[in-house]
Amino acid sequence: MAGIAAWGTTIPLWRLDRAMLGAAWDTPSLPGERAVAAGDQDSLTLGVEAALACVGNDASSVDAVFFATTTPPYAEKHGAATIAAVLDRHDVRTTDITGTLRAGTQALRAALDAVAAGARAALVVAADVRPAEPSTAAEQLFGDAAGALLVTRDGPVEVTGTASLAEDFTGPWRRTGDAFVQSFDAKSETEYGYARAVEEAATAALADAGIDPDAIARFAAYAPDPRTYATTAKRLGIAGARDTLFTTVGNLGAAHALVSLARALEEGNPGEHLLVAASGEGADALVLRIGAGARAPAFTVARQIGDKRMLPSYERYVRFRKLMPWTDPIVPGSTIRYWRDRAQALPLYGVRCTACGVVQFPANRACIACSTADKMDRIKLQRTGEVFTFTLDHLIAGEYLETPVPRAVVDLDGGGRIFMECTDCEPSEVAVGMQVELTFRLMHEAAGFRNYYWKARPRRDAGHQG
Amino acid sequence: MPGIKDRVAVAGVGATRFTEHYEKDQEDLLLEAVEEAVGDAGIERKDIQAMWVGVYYRFTGLSGTTVADATRLYGIPATRVENYCASGMDAFRNACFAVAAGVYDIVLACGVEKITDQGSRGLPNVLRDSIPPFMPPASAPALFAMAASRCFAQRGWTREDLARVAVKNHANGAKHPKAHFRREITMETAIEAPMIAWPLGRFDSCAVSDGAAAVIITRPEIAKTLNHKDDYVMVKANGLAVTSAHPMYDPGFDYQGFPATRFAAAQAYEEAGITEPARQISLAEVHDCFTITELLNYEDLGFCAPGEGAAFCEDGRASADGDLPVNPSGGLKSFGHPIGATGCRMIGEVTRQLQGRAEGVQVRDPELGLAHNLGGPGAVCSVTILGRD
Repeated sequence: MAGIAAWGTTIPLWRLDRAMLGAAWDTPSLPGERAVAAGDQDSLTLGVEAALACVGNDASSVDAVFFATTTPPYAEKHGAATIAAVLDRHDVRTTDITGTLRAGTQALRAALDAVAAGARAALVVAADVRPAEPSTAAEQLFGDAAGALLVTRDGPVEVTGTASLAEDFTGPWRRTGDAFVQSFDAKSETEYGYARAVEEAATAALADAGIDPDAIARFAAYAPDPRTYATTAKRLGIAGARDTLFTTVGNLGAAHALVSLARALEEGNPGEHLLVAASGEGADALVLRIGAGARAPAFTVARQIGDKRMLPSYERYVRFRKLMPWTDPIVPGSTIRYWRDRAQALPLYGVRCTACGVVQFPANRACIACSTADKMDRIKLQRTGEVFTFTLDHLIAGEYLETPVPRAVVDLDGGGRIFMECTDCEPSEVAVGMQVELTFRLMHEAAGFRNYYWKARPRRDAGHQG
Repeated sequence: MPGIKDRVAVAGVGATRFTEHYEKDQEDLLLEAVEEAVGDAGIERKDIQAMWVGVYYRFTGLSGTTVADATRLYGIPATRVENYCASGMDAFRNACFAVAAGVYDIVLACGVEKITDQGSRGLPNVLRDSIPPFMPPASAPALFAMAASRCFAQRGWTREDLARVAVKNHANGAKHPKAHFRREITMETAIEAPMIAWPLGRFDSCAVSDGAAAVIITRPEIAKTLNHKDDYVMVKANGLAVTSAHPMYDPGFDYQGFPATRFAAAQAYEEAGITEPARQISLAEVHDCFTITELLNYEDLGFCAPGEGAAFCEDGRASADGDLPVNPSGGLKSFGHPIGATGCRMIGEVTRQLQGRAEGVQVRDPELGLAHNLGGPGAVCSVTILGRD
């Protein structure tokens, strides 16, 4: 059977202390903190970043892209095509899998099928930013993140057993138009909706792989909460299973199993057997064996858990998630322009003048430096650079940020000067000479559609060099 | 090239007060400025043979009807000119060229902006057409603030350097009867003001004001028969230069000045025969949309060496009693910047200075005056040199 050749994850920078939520609503607090997507992030931008972390700059062998989420940005218009566009892949199959918390494992199974059917590589991207009702336990428990896996015929993390089952069980759920995830009785949900289904699927997958539960070294599974995770592992007979994602980033929804799997791969050793599972109107389970030679990302789950910033207030979270109504600034947009400029907006192509060598953005027909026309080579711009100059704009806000909005002229490494908004930093940190990296974000919702583009954030590796 | 030097005369100037004109609309303002200019020239409105109007915001109309309806002068050429914040001086330039070409005897150049009717705080967002998906929106102050940030980092300039411009210009504007703001400010007031776009605060930025200004242009031989037959002012030169509207994408743009100003000044100085601007020019009205802009204007206009703009102000050389008074009127800092009107207001200011009738703000014995109008993110510049015949 095929296996996993590479993986990547995205945990947003921001954390909300659950004690802050308890204090905001005068309710008991769960331990730990939760990851919060910034206002300019959604499941798709998190997914794009995870996909880039997984495949790097070469996605040329990816023949299929699966995007798994319960929180797609669009009801009509799928996300996998956007991921493919950023990865610069055109002749590719794209599929969104939504509407269930096991969308991530369903996508993984679909990717395995695609590779078995001849795809050179299939990319699985699972991401969620689930809407939790203010003051509920879900608001404390949920976290935002994304995970991506690259599945190939000879991926070193071999899938040795699989099982899936379907069941009509209601909970948790969200009707079309509901603002928040709903749930009914926690015990019925965990006992009948989750534990029973996962146990059945896991048992079948272990049988498919031909191994006993006690051979499983790590249990990478979605669960509604840490207690249900632990009791399920125990009932399956998996010793020593633990999942600290709940206390550090939260219940990651459809992304949870993939992020947990990524962490297991980062912390596990060749030869270990892993059990991956998720539930949602049934369950999926997969057994994997870690082999040597899989490509680990530069930013591991553990490192991203550590590289965090605490939100200064619950109000900041309210702002990020737009839980109160604000008057949005009107930014004009055009779907026609978005399509015409897609090579610049998504895979970030610029041009290089063959007459004078100057790399420039946006793509011009005539050179900005020497005015020679039509002597341009298309060039993929690097996603790192340095702030040439900047301002903190108090007058025109970004749609998803409080003022002031840092806006900067950035000189990209390898050439090209670009004007962008900064994100994932306090305005006071922005300075001339600051090293930045580009991050895929929602810039505005011009004309009612989501204008995704790149922003600059402080370079994450910069701090680790010193 | 015959050029424009000594071929065109300013016969009369007029302007409304620049302020928040809540009770007047753009036609009221434009007519008020035109009537003053017509009266100043000693002609009648019907003597105008062609008109150019500078106006920026599209709500005012996209055409020459902007001025035709205001003046009720129908049946003659009227052209709307838009060239960012330099729209007003470009209207003046077009009007001058038409007279120099010998096509008309007496024409009107004017400009107006009714910004308080736009329904927004600060400058209205002009991006009503779609913008490319890769272009973040940014405010006008933000675009100039990036020059200040760069100068802070490269030259060690500070908020104090910026504040000196605001203090100087408000001191001048306090004496001008038509200024929006007629009071002096202190360094503390300027420095402690709320931020607009770091590092530019409220007093680093010109205000939102309404206003209109008008200029009557004719040939010198006709000027000799009108009101200012003894003191009409001659156009010695005009330069206009346009660079990219997107300097933030230009790897060669250093953010320590605006090449459009340097190009326009070079054109104007060559035509006027100016080789030492700091010595030959008696006064200048320059585009101080932001304090950083004025500091960089000194350098771009050749009033001082590159890098010495802040010192030029700190040493008092640009002050009303300095050797090259800059913005003796109080500038955009005191008047605000009704976009289309500013260029024509500057022509009026310099004209009245050269005629010795700049009430309250007169500089001593001026011979040559310069007006500098800058638009967009420093992308469009017009420089006019005026002198007595």
